[in-house]
Amino acid sequence: MAALYEGYTLCGLVPDQNLSSSGIQGIEEERDRDHVVVTDSTRSVTLYKVSDQKPLGSWTVKQGQKLTCPAVFNSQTNEYVAVTDNKVIRIWKEDDILLDKAFKATVSSDVWKVHCTHGGEPVVLFQRGAVRLLDSLLAAPQQPIEEVLAQEEAIRWSTIIVAETQQFIIITTEQKGEHFLYLQRLNPNSVQRYRLEREEPGLSPLSFSATYRDKHICLLYLYPNGHVYQSVLSVRGLGTEEGVQALPLPRSLLLGLPVGDGQLEAASAMALDEAHVAVVGVPHPSAGGGKDFLCIWNTNFQTLQAGKEMAGKIYGQLWSYSNKVFIPHGKTLSIIPFECPKSSLASALGKLKHTKIEESKTPNSVPSWNNILHGEKAQPSKSAETRRTRTTRKSQSTTNLTTDQVLELIKTAPVEEIQKEVEGFLTRAEFQDLQPSVGQLALTLVSRSLADPAFYSSSTLAQLVHTRCLCHSVCPDLVLLALEKKDYFLCQLCLQFFPDIPEAVTCACLKAFISIPDVDAEKMSLEPDSVEFMENLITRDRAEAGLQNGFSPTSSVVNDRQTRAEDVKKASAPSQLSCPVGLHKAVLINEILQTPYSDTFLLPHLKDLSSQHVMLFLQYLQFLYLKYSQDAFPQMEGFRSPSLSQIMDWVCLLLDAHFTVLVMTPEAKGLLLNLHSFVKSQVRLVSELGKIEGSLQELRKMKAKESIGQYSIEIIELF
Amino acid sequence: MGEFKVHRVRFFDYMPSAIRTMAFNSQTERLAVARADGAVEIFNFNDNFFQEKVIPGQDGRATEALCWVGHRLFSAGLNGEITEYDLENLRPQYTVDAYGGPIWTISSNSQGTQLAVGCEDGTVKIFAILEERIQFQRNLNRHKGRIISLCWHPSSAQIAAGMTDMITIFDAETGHATRRLLVDRAMGASKNKEVVVWSVGYLSDHTIISGDSAGKVQIWNGLTGTLVRTYLVTKWDVLVLSVSKDESSVIAGTSEGTVIQFQFISSTMDQHDKEWVRTRTFRNHSHDVSALAHTDTAVVSGGMDTQLVVRPLLDKVEKNTQESALRKIAFPHRSLVGCAKKAGLLLFQFPDRLELWKLGESEGHGKPGDRLPVKRKPEKLIELKRKGEDHICCSALSACGGWLAYSTVSSVRLYRIQYNNTISINKVSKLPKELRSVHQLCFSSDSSKLFASSCQSSVIVVAVSQQECRYLHTLKHKTGSRQPVHLLCASDDGKWLATANTDCEIHIYNLHKMKLHCMVPVYNSCPTTIAIHPVTNNLISVHADQQIFEFSLVQKEYTQWSRRLQAQGLLSLWLERDTPITHITFNPKNPDHIILHDTYMFCIIDQSLPFPELNAVLWNQMTLKSLPVSQRIGQSHAFKICKSFQHLMCVSLLEDLSLVVVERPLLDIMSQLPAPVRQKKFAT
Repeated sequence: MAALYEGYTLCGLVPDQNLSSSGIQGIEEERDRDHVVVTDSTRSVTLYKVSDQKPLGSWTVKQGQKLTCPAVFNSQTNEYVAVTDNKVIRIWKEDDILLDKAFKATVSSDVWKVHCTHGGEPVVLFQRGAVRLLDSLLAAPQQPIEEVLAQEEAIRWSTIIVAETQQFIIITTEQKGEHFLYLQRLNPNSVQRYRLEREEPGLSPLSFSATYRDKHICLLYLYPNGHVYQSVLSVRGLGTEEGVQALPLPRSLLLGLPVGDGQLEAASAMALDEAHVAVVGVPHPSAGGGKDFLCIWNTNFQTLQAGKEMAGKIYGQLWSYSNKVFIPHGKTLSIIPFECPKSSLASALGKLKHTKIEESKTPNSVPSWNNILHGEKAQPSKSAETRRTRTTRKSQSTTNLTTDQVLELIKTAPVEEIQKEVEGFLTRAEFQDLQPSVGQLALTLVSRSLADPAFYSSSTLAQLVHTRCLCHSVCPDLVLLALEKKDYFLCQLCLQFFPDIPEAVTCACLKAFISIPDVDAEKMSLEPDSVEFMENLITRDRAEAGLQNGFSPTSSVVNDRQTRAEDVKKASAPSQLSCPVGLHKAVLINEILQTPYSDTFLLPHLKDLSSQHVMLFLQYLQFLYLKYSQDAFPQMEGFRSPSLSQIMDWVCLLLDAHFTVLVMTPEAKGLLLNLHSFVKSQVRLVSELGKIEGSLQELRKMKAKESIGQYSIEIIELF
Repeated sequence: MGEFKVHRVRFFDYMPSAIRTMAFNSQTERLAVARADGAVEIFNFNDNFFQEKVIPGQDGRATEALCWVGHRLFSAGLNGEITEYDLENLRPQYTVDAYGGPIWTISSNSQGTQLAVGCEDGTVKIFAILEERIQFQRNLNRHKGRIISLCWHPSSAQIAAGMTDMITIFDAETGHATRRLLVDRAMGASKNKEVVVWSVGYLSDHTIISGDSAGKVQIWNGLTGTLVRTYLVTKWDVLVLSVSKDESSVIAGTSEGTVIQFQFISSTMDQHDKEWVRTRTFRNHSHDVSALAHTDTAVVSGGMDTQLVVRPLLDKVEKNTQESALRKIAFPHRSLVGCAKKAGLLLFQFPDRLELWKLGESEGHGKPGDRLPVKRKPEKLIELKRKGEDHICCSALSACGGWLAYSTVSSVRLYRIQYNNTISINKVSKLPKELRSVHQLCFSSDSSKLFASSCQSSVIVVAVSQQECRYLHTLKHKTGSRQPVHLLCASDDGKWLATANTDCEIHIYNLHKMKLHCMVPVYNSCPTTIAIHPVTNNLISVHADQQIFEFSLVQKEYTQWSRRLQAQGLLSLWLERDTPITHITFNPKNPDHIILHDTYMFCIIDQSLPFPELNAVLWNQMTLKSLPVSQRIGQSHAFKICKSFQHLMCVSLLEDLSLVVVERPLLDIMSQLPAPVRQKKFAT
């Protein structure tokens, strides 16, 4: 669940007299994530260190001059670039004190903005739509600048985006109520013009936001009626034809925000990641008509994830750098850290419907439907709790890193260090905060492991899974990664602790487990409890076998006249019964048997199993069934073990999926006959139970008759 | 045997009071149990857990703690007073105000010379135990916060006091606090709630064991003041601890109704260093366990659910014997129901009131198993509230229903009831001054005399008539026993009066001569009920060990029947019943029939039939029912037991030969208890 944290103030503002604009032109990231350059709407540029909330430097232009574009930082040369009075480009360094003494160059046409990506070269965008790289422009400042835009067409918004290695300038323009989008590629230059679909007449977009992901540029724009649209632009197809023709830009409605009375005026929407949108200046749906809210919406689930009321007027401006939202409101510029962990469906049932639950919600391990729907207070799972207290003392010596720092560390550090730090982090962290950060840690670890085949930290991942804060939907690649790395212990843990493993993954695990060579299987280390259970089951002495409540399914197998003689012999001689798979393999398969599934989704995947595998699996299930029904019920307390009904369900599922194949396979014949007799005995058991149920019900009726009031006169007879 | 019409009565709303605290005297094997209403009950563990004595409660007494010093019993309560009880006259002997506000706890040192009480104002006060009274000695240094629990070190040199958030160890000589053990609060949300040390134990090796409101049982080293072990045993409170005499075992009672045992044993077989290990959990209560006693062989527990539970420790007793059976004592071992056989009236005794009911009537006849239509419903004639703050200790209704008497520890009241068209009740104003403090009341069968047992086992005889109430005589015996008379019984012909006291003596008085007639040979188990046969004038007595005797008053010897019964012996199934016989009546039409009952059955003993063989089935009603009539005779024996009615408070036979059965189902009692602490169950 996305969250907005307690914000803090970066600086005060000097808004206009009539409060129409905030007094800030722009905020740009400086050398790293912790430094920003704030350009105010008149004359000064200030450099801030964000974490210290303090200005490191400030530059002002002379009285009479005016900054017309936000200053940007060129990280290649460590210089600042800004434009005064539309035509004068100024470049200075941090140790320059007076801006007037710094370098300046006058260009021949009005500049709209200077854009610069981190590590990239600054790009100058002219008001008439032309684009120049700063270096080439400064080589000949007075070079003629062409007009790209039509008459009466004016730029409304622009940004720069790096897609792969390409830089793109995105410009939106307005011409006679129509809105256009220019996608301008630099080096080689090419431009494509798109026409935005019309919203209701007279409505023009309030804000734009562009992000690059999955080889597409996503453009997000907000209309005053609260509609947030998304258009996806392909980067690839561009440049083949020099488009003067404006292509229609397809759009999809991403969100319909509640606008309350009237229309939005100063509002802005910005994509935070693929599923989350930050919106400012839009009313909170459960807080009446006030528009002074910063909200995070999940677009996948259309839910409000977090909201925060901002004091004072909202100007509809919003910037976001490194998980912090910069928002001018009233007379301050505030920074609000936020977090958008990957949403699983469970955690995304957002605030809108259950505002009350949000407050009372205590940490729960993996969000479960029950908790979300019924507001049940979940107890933190005991194992995590005790483990934390146990290791608290130990970890006090290690340095205390924040989540972000640990995340950074994971991206680069060697396995041992990561292991140490993650362990320290887990012991330090409050249980409440654990869930989002564990998800992030796991995600980062998995993505690094995927990217870097040499890197794999099994124990750290196991530790994270052990917190029970993870579920499959938070970190979908984890199980498959574990399978790929043949880390079967981790697989076992995931199968144990994840409540939401998709059937496809379960099947993949099953396939992998069955096809492990037994020699390899015996080498791995698995959870001792389950291994012990299996050991007990395999080596259980026949002498212990007895009737369970007088009912012995095996005897019915033996008595079944229809079963062939040799099958009878086989089934009735269980002392010779040997486990068809090795110990560890059996342990892993047991884990599969216990994972939740729904058979409709499982069946298609089961069909992919080869007939050898199916045979082996069925033989193992038969072995389990026989063991369970012969011996006194072996589900010892404290051991996780598949139940008899789970075993039967899997037998049925397998038979459903592969029956035709099995019927045609000669070696499966005995097996099928055996299974048939199992089913028969189960049917018999159920019918016997049905009979008992009938008599029990009669007993209950008899009991019910005897309701005695306060007083009665009865006749009894003594003999 | 025949058919009986049974009035099945369930409208006696008897509600026992919660058990607040208990104290076990291992010398005398007596357990004192204090209930929330202030009543104190004494159980004799040597005599089949028989409830020997009941000291009635008093409004506002709020006993919090009990303490035996030798044979003397002290209690202290939230009224701020220390009380010593007069166990011979079943009343408080004296009370001493401790002047420290409510008293939470009381404890005596091992020599029995000093009493320490813990008060609300934070003081531990030491009283010297003198011959006939106690005397304030001094205060230990005062601390802020109340003293909730106290325990003396066996050497009497130190006292451990449980308070809020800490345990303080005092030097008993100087009165200075020598050590202070800080007790952790509960984790999580209740971190801000102070933790109350409900109970402490102080062992001779200076180990301190504490139980607190955070659900912990903690073992401390009292010499160094260090915490040795913490056992978190419940989410709720650990209310009470009890240490066994040999200090090898400690039991803790919790709000969840569990009792948890800890034992001082070596964790592995061959090691010598012992430690306290949690061993067993007993779950016999539905509510708070607020009182515990650790006897040599059993765990005795009681609490909110009002039942006293004796759970034998199976490593201390022989298995599968009567001794190893779990015992729950839910009902008092004396009758709270009076029955006027001639008038068909029932008198229900509550601590604070009496209720007089007239039984209903039915019409027509039915066959066995039928329920007859009720023509007239039972009717509550009188509800008589007691005066004063002392609770009612005994009551009596004359057979004709015309007289009603009750007594508290301080006074006796007698009422004349007249039934014309309306009912009128008049208090008899002038009672003889001898009738002041009595333990048992009984009317003669012709309602002309009232017998009242008084101090030193004496019986006061008072003549009651329309005109006046006149003192006649005080009957005394010569054995010198000072124990209270707990059973009184007059013969139908008005000639005999039998009394039984808790020294197991049964005395017979001749009322015509107003003097002692004889004494029944003393049997070593206390009689639980006695009755004189209306025809033969034989005395039937049933004892706590379930033995039955018949004693001929005329011949002054046991009858043949009784001798035969003793010679043949009672069936073990009869002897192993765990509730005493509390009432005997006779069948006026058939002198051979004796009707008696305990909590779970009533039995008609037919003296004309042979006793069951030792290998016979005691409860043979089903067998007999299935046999043809001709064969029944051969199979039947003297004990006709009926278990159709349960939780019996009274079984009596009216003059019209219909039985009255007063039931008080335990479920009804349970349903009136407050809700127990919430426990997480699966899927709740």
